[in-house]
Amino acid sequence: MLKIDNLHVRVAGKEILKGLTLEVRPGEVHAIMGPNGAGKSTLGNVLAGREGYEVTQGSVTLADRDLLALEPEQRAALGVFLAFQYPVEIPGVNNTYFLKAALNAQRKYRGEAELDSMQFLRLVREKLGVLHVSDELLHRAVNAGFSGGEKKRNEIFQMALLEPKLAILDETDSGLDIDALKMVAEGVNHMRDPQRAFLVITHYQRLLDYIVPDRVHVLAGGRIVESGDRSLALRLEAQGYGALARREPAARAQG
Amino acid sequence: MPLFASLLQTRPDDAAGEPDWLREVRAAALADLRGVGLPTPRVESWKYTPLRALESRRFVCCSDAEASRRAVPEAALALVAADAPRLVFVNGTYRADLTRLQGLPAGLTLEPLSAALAQAPEAMRFLLARRFAAAGDVFARLNTALLREGTLLRVAPGTRIVPPVHLVCVGTPAEADIAWSLRHLIDLGEDSHLTLVEHYVGSGAHAHLGNGLAQYRLQAGAVLRIVQAQEEAVGASLIRRSEFDLDARAEVMLTALDLGATLARHDLVARLSGAGARFSARGCFALRGRQHADMQIDVGHRACDSACELIWRGVADERARGVLRGAIGIEPGADGAVAHLSTKNLLLSPHAEIDAQPVLEIHADEVQASHGATVGQLDEAALFYLRSRGLSAAAARALLIQAFCREVLDAGVPEALRDALAARLAHCLPQEARNA
Repeated sequence: MLKIDNLHVRVAGKEILKGLTLEVRPGEVHAIMGPNGAGKSTLGNVLAGREGYEVTQGSVTLADRDLLALEPEQRAALGVFLAFQYPVEIPGVNNTYFLKAALNAQRKYRGEAELDSMQFLRLVREKLGVLHVSDELLHRAVNAGFSGGEKKRNEIFQMALLEPKLAILDETDSGLDIDALKMVAEGVNHMRDPQRAFLVITHYQRLLDYIVPDRVHVLAGGRIVESGDRSLALRLEAQGYGALARREPAARAQG
Repeated sequence: MPLFASLLQTRPDDAAGEPDWLREVRAAALADLRGVGLPTPRVESWKYTPLRALESRRFVCCSDAEASRRAVPEAALALVAADAPRLVFVNGTYRADLTRLQGLPAGLTLEPLSAALAQAPEAMRFLLARRFAAAGDVFARLNTALLREGTLLRVAPGTRIVPPVHLVCVGTPAEADIAWSLRHLIDLGEDSHLTLVEHYVGSGAHAHLGNGLAQYRLQAGAVLRIVQAQEEAVGASLIRRSEFDLDARAEVMLTALDLGATLARHDLVARLSGAGARFSARGCFALRGRQHADMQIDVGHRACDSACELIWRGVADERARGVLRGAIGIEPGADGAVAHLSTKNLLLSPHAEIDAQPVLEIHADEVQASHGATVGQLDEAALFYLRSRGLSAAAARALLIQAFCREVLDAGVPEALRDALAARLAHCLPQEARNA
């Protein structure tokens, strides 16, 4: 589904990703772990199409479409969803209005019929029931005045509503208490599907207790330095990233 | 010949039977104007609004001979529900045929100023005798010198007027450019309530020069909700002044929307003279092309425990220019005053400009005061967030700009009117379809 090949990315003149290669197949959950400054968030932003990230080498395809050639909204319509590490507050824009506009923009792009208000509200109610999100969030402005936990819940709710093919969770667990963390994990687990892939970017192992990944990758110094199954995350938890950093030059030499 | 001199030369004669004091008021204003030109940028309050282009133009003074016959589509008058009391002026001329005064609620007086002056001028003497002495107030002096027509609106003490009163000043094409002048007097008795909707609206392309001066007197405990919507023709120039005098516990909730005219100047003055008086004003200007809007707000706290809250939004696109000066003065003795001013402005083009200038002067104790002014561009992070969910760049921009402006409409405006104003505002902002 997602193929990243030898991706090099510069931000403000500085090379952050230095030859990242990764493949995620439909139905898989991959975790990307790594120390601060490794390029984890850069990866999420590049995949979603944020400006200011200069791809100098490499390629990214989603279901064989060249993702890097597309605008952020086109990527969204093709099924890319980024759950933001810091969801943006947008005062004055009603959450429900925004979600309906977003969903219909995506459907229109894909040549599907737009949903009318009744159909949309039915969909919203269905998703709310699954996620245990208070419908009060829907009547407020997008993320405006939301607590950290509410913002992350809103991200997961948006993900559930937009039903992406590839969901990227950028440190969605940061700053969450255990209840909010479980809610996020439940939302993801409920959406696991043979046709859908997840890229879970996280600094800590904790989230992976609740979202069990198929693969775990360690991102350090702008590239994947180690990949493995779930036990790799546990080993990192025990040993810390420091142990990896010492091994990194060896990995670079091999590349 | 300077513009004012040419306007005054064609000034209509005083009407027969008018009281001497009224002639004297006009004569004094005339004397004050003698030899005076349009204010230059050296006059502080006109610093950002050059009037050179106006100085070289010529206007027919005060009335459009055909004004009583000009067709005005009902759509231009439809901001407020069709059964509300309504007073209509076209190119500065009173239009009885478009006005609706039958069945006025008890306690409400609403009539053209010319009629009121012919019958009982004495009651208006206090308001009409106001002298405008400041260097920047020349248009108010001109308005006084030309004083003849406008509105008299009075609410009897203790009366709550339910339907909104609609005051419409229409500009419409004429054979020549007209310089019209209207004076509106609004007097709310003790503990009375009124909702007033003022609409300055262009119907067809024209380049008239309008001069509107409104004086609002709120006696103790009176409450005024007021909407001032300005949608003049893109070629029009409109100079307005709104003066509010608030006695004890009186309250004004104002919503202002400036969308039209090539030159729109509005002096908004509030004097909080009674203890516990409250003035809250929210407004927005949305400009494009070469539009120029200059909003000058001046609130004076003269009594203890008075409060004001000013919230303004400005949007300028293309080569438009916006000016917002918000001055709050807290005079000695106005202890316990609360005053807040916040203005946020959005530039949508590298050629647009907005000057935002908050001014606070405090001469009292135990005062709470704050002000903030920002001028910036659309938030890139917010744009990306919306686009990452599937909205096009143009749709995301349009949504953010509208949300930025809508904040000022979301409080204090009756719901039906709010939707109408929001639709007119949206029409003046970049649309989704337009290329960003």
